[in-house]
Amino acid sequence: MHAFKYHRPSSLNDAAALMKGDAKLLAGGQTLVQTMKLRLASPSDIVDLGTIKDLAGIKSDGKSVTVGAMTRHADVAHSADVNKAIPALAALAAMIGDRQVRAMGTIGGSLANNDPAADYPAAVLALNATITTNKGKHEADKFFKGMFTTALGAGEIITAVSFQVPKRAAYMKFKNPASRFAIVGVFVADFGGSVRVAVTGAGPVVFRQAEMEKALAAKFAPESVANIKVKQDGLNSDMHASAEYRAHLVTVMARRAVQAALK
Amino acid sequence: MNAPLIGARIERKEDYRFLTGAGQYTDDVELPRQSYAAFVRSPHAHAKIRKISLDKARQAPGFIAAYTGEDFAAAKLGGLPCGWLITDVNGQPMKEPPHPCLAQGKVRYVGDQVAIVVAETSEQARDAAERVNVDYEVLPAVVDGSKARAKGAPQLHDIAPDNTCYVWALGDKAVTDAAFAKAAHVTKLDFINNRLIPNALEPRVANGSYSRADDSYTLYVASQNPHVERLLMTAFVMGLPEHKVRVVAGDVGGGFGSKIYLYAEDVAVTWASKQVNRPVKWTSDRSEAFLSDAHGRDHHTVAELALDKDGKFLAMRVKTTANVGAYLSTFASCVPTILYATLLAGQYKTPVIHCEVTAVFTNTTPVDAYRGAGRPEATYVVERLVETAAREMKIDPAEIRRRNFITAFPYQTPVALMYDIGDYNATMDAAQKLADVSGFSKRKEQSIKNGKLRGLGYAAYIEACGIAPSAVAGSLGARAGLFEAGEVRVHPTGSVTVFTGSHSHGQGHETTFAQVVADRLGMPIENVDIVHGDTSKILFGMGTYGSRSIAVGGTAIVKALDKVIAKGKKIAAHLMEAAEADVEYDRGVYTVKGTDKKKMFGEVAFAAYVPHNYPHDKLEPGLNENAFYDPSNFTFPAGTYVCEVEVDPETGVVRIEKFTAVDDFGKIINPMIVEGQVHGGLTQGIGQALTEGCRYDDATGQLLTGSFMDYCIPRATDVPSYQVDTRETPCTHNPLGVKGCGEAGAIGAPAALMNAITDALGVTDMPMPATPQTVWRTLQNKKAA
Repeated sequence: MHAFKYHRPSSLNDAAALMKGDAKLLAGGQTLVQTMKLRLASPSDIVDLGTIKDLAGIKSDGKSVTVGAMTRHADVAHSADVNKAIPALAALAAMIGDRQVRAMGTIGGSLANNDPAADYPAAVLALNATITTNKGKHEADKFFKGMFTTALGAGEIITAVSFQVPKRAAYMKFKNPASRFAIVGVFVADFGGSVRVAVTGAGPVVFRQAEMEKALAAKFAPESVANIKVKQDGLNSDMHASAEYRAHLVTVMARRAVQAALK
Repeated sequence: MNAPLIGARIERKEDYRFLTGAGQYTDDVELPRQSYAAFVRSPHAHAKIRKISLDKARQAPGFIAAYTGEDFAAAKLGGLPCGWLITDVNGQPMKEPPHPCLAQGKVRYVGDQVAIVVAETSEQARDAAERVNVDYEVLPAVVDGSKARAKGAPQLHDIAPDNTCYVWALGDKAVTDAAFAKAAHVTKLDFINNRLIPNALEPRVANGSYSRADDSYTLYVASQNPHVERLLMTAFVMGLPEHKVRVVAGDVGGGFGSKIYLYAEDVAVTWASKQVNRPVKWTSDRSEAFLSDAHGRDHHTVAELALDKDGKFLAMRVKTTANVGAYLSTFASCVPTILYATLLAGQYKTPVIHCEVTAVFTNTTPVDAYRGAGRPEATYVVERLVETAAREMKIDPAEIRRRNFITAFPYQTPVALMYDIGDYNATMDAAQKLADVSGFSKRKEQSIKNGKLRGLGYAAYIEACGIAPSAVAGSLGARAGLFEAGEVRVHPTGSVTVFTGSHSHGQGHETTFAQVVADRLGMPIENVDIVHGDTSKILFGMGTYGSRSIAVGGTAIVKALDKVIAKGKKIAAHLMEAAEADVEYDRGVYTVKGTDKKKMFGEVAFAAYVPHNYPHDKLEPGLNENAFYDPSNFTFPAGTYVCEVEVDPETGVVRIEKFTAVDDFGKIINPMIVEGQVHGGLTQGIGQALTEGCRYDDATGQLLTGSFMDYCIPRATDVPSYQVDTRETPCTHNPLGVKGCGEAGAIGAPAALMNAITDALGVTDMPMPATPQTVWRTLQNKKAA
């Protein structure tokens, strides 16, 4: 790791003011620190968001669940509010990485990084979440721009994520055996009348599967998606999973997610 | 007298230290005026070095010194030696290309050492190393062993045409071919035994220190065999007298073979410590470990088994290409030959066997012994063939094994080994019962109802451990002896320090060896300490690998104990005023036959050191004996493993439902430690079959599985709760009756698992590791066929 300056601002404004040059925000550090240790990233300044009050915490009002940007995955997984309102979201958080990652990693850090194989983007997109920042709000559908890129502007810091409470939902993840990231993760959310299906891991960025959404809106049942063939064009292909295998897994995971949501 | 300690489940003495962070690993050693090294490594698989510029590195903060291959050549440092000479089919010695510590003119794999940079801190050394500018002319690379001899393949070494190190063979080819011609059935398989990356928990570390006071060196190093390391480094590389070099390998966090070898970094820090007149420490990071620790396996094999109409084995024919990597690592040459072909008889009476092995150089990390070393590859050949033959001939796979088991001992195999003892039906019986094989078909029905596939597979493995009779090893090309040394130092008040040439890097010797000693001397185990891992304390040692520690190192200690007890008998006879012939000894107590006279071992020890009443005319005072032990044969642990899997055909995920291991390790000293060894071995074997596969990019030679993000070692959730048991046929040629248990799991598990998976899928073969994608692909191919 190369040397850097470490800052612990006490307010969002202070944090934003420090974001100059090649400064980086630290929001759990489960990707950033590893990258720095491998000397692949050498930020001049690290701005730790961990000392800013009110960035962590969970609120639920029956219609939505709002999770503060610095809330750790483990806290989402164990939250009584989340488990009551959107158990699928708690279950997703419990599947991220390993115990150590969940104890440190945060939802804001995960979304800002937008790893193509991360879990949270699937929940944000399927649960039609709103991402609040120090500069405004982003709709889920317009937030994830591409591999490791988002709609966040320079100096923009995520403060909270607000998820809409669905009638029922489930997340099915097929893990990379080595990294435990999603090779394919499918989040299915039924809002009664409309259904959103978000797929992570399969492509360069999380995406919605319109054909499945339509079929499930007509009938929310496993057989509605079981025979939908997903096109492999544009899907990721690596030594762990070819595009063909990923396309196949999207259908299998979607069907299993619907099954799980109905349980 | 205390309760017997041999066979007792005693908790490990060393665990308190390890679990409370009190262990002293090599990286914990911080010397006065310590400096730190980083290595510049090749980013290319194959390239000429045009120029190395150190100018910018010299300007880096904290920079102390930097050296390249030119400096090493100027200092006349030798290359890294190979410890085993293989003679090829034409009677010619294998090709031994120079293996410079730092590259000279050319790099041959990604990670090859190019320069060492020494600085005030570890981070400064890395920063400075990043500033070393190397101008490379990139050359085409070959990484696949089966392509290394192809026409037009990139050539690694001038002295090894066609990248061939040797073509070697064992067995009678004509007789084998003739047997095949008469066979009622021939089973043939063509497969790859996948390359593995060892990944000991503690990465390699070396801290070299030079003393101007007496012109001596001390090397602290994470090693499995400090004396061997010293011998190789002094005699073959640095040209130093051994008495001027001390090698210390204190607590070592796992080795699995990867810490047997003399590595370039060890030499470089030792040599550099004199140049900079400061201790120089290098600690590998995990990324370096993936690139530079010797890898394991990597065979491409075509194997055939000839059978008569009743399923009796008539002959076996095996042709293997072994990828040894870019250079010959310390024992690379013997692993795919001596430790492989000699095990192809397995547990069976196969009368004739022929095996041809071609070892090739490629632009990959050197390959050497990794847990099992040759024997997992051999077991995979034999047990995949046997299981496949059974299926093809519609004979129950356990039954076909029983029809061919060796049942009379000693047994001379057609591939050089003489098995002393075993009972293969006993381990098979026990394994079948423990695995509830008879209930399998019901469980399979249930799986099918749930939309799953279920399969069962066996592996009846054998291994040759307790290496080795030095004369035999020497006749086969070993350039060293393979004995072991032990010393028993009895203190005046009766407690004992034992010095062993074996080395513990997780095996629990401090407990197992102490049990043997305390049992013989009839004292509490707390009164015995085991010391290992320091050439200045231990008289000599060949170290720990090949499951040899208890069989060879333990026996050396027993031989020294015998001398202690015999001398004690003379002292006791004097003290009890009896004839020596009338004195008897049993676990700490000397008695005089037919009387109630007795002397405790502690009293005898005291008399030896406070010799007021002592037979000075016949005996020296003191009670301190040593022994060297050279075994008369290998030991032959064997057993039967049964694996049962359930496969999700939609995703290709394999779940191990049951894994049963019944091993015959001979006499067992500490069943708890043995179970731990079996669990660890099985997990590594399951890793090879299910999750671990080293992959290089064919075009660029880059390591694709260079971190745990892509290289999957099994986690606790990937393996089942094992069912393990043992059967005992005591080894006939060592006094403890022991055989060794360290590698069995890794040897037997891959074949059992792949036999189970192929059974579930209904296919003849499929590649390891059986990752979900590979299993799914295999099922798709089967559907399409």
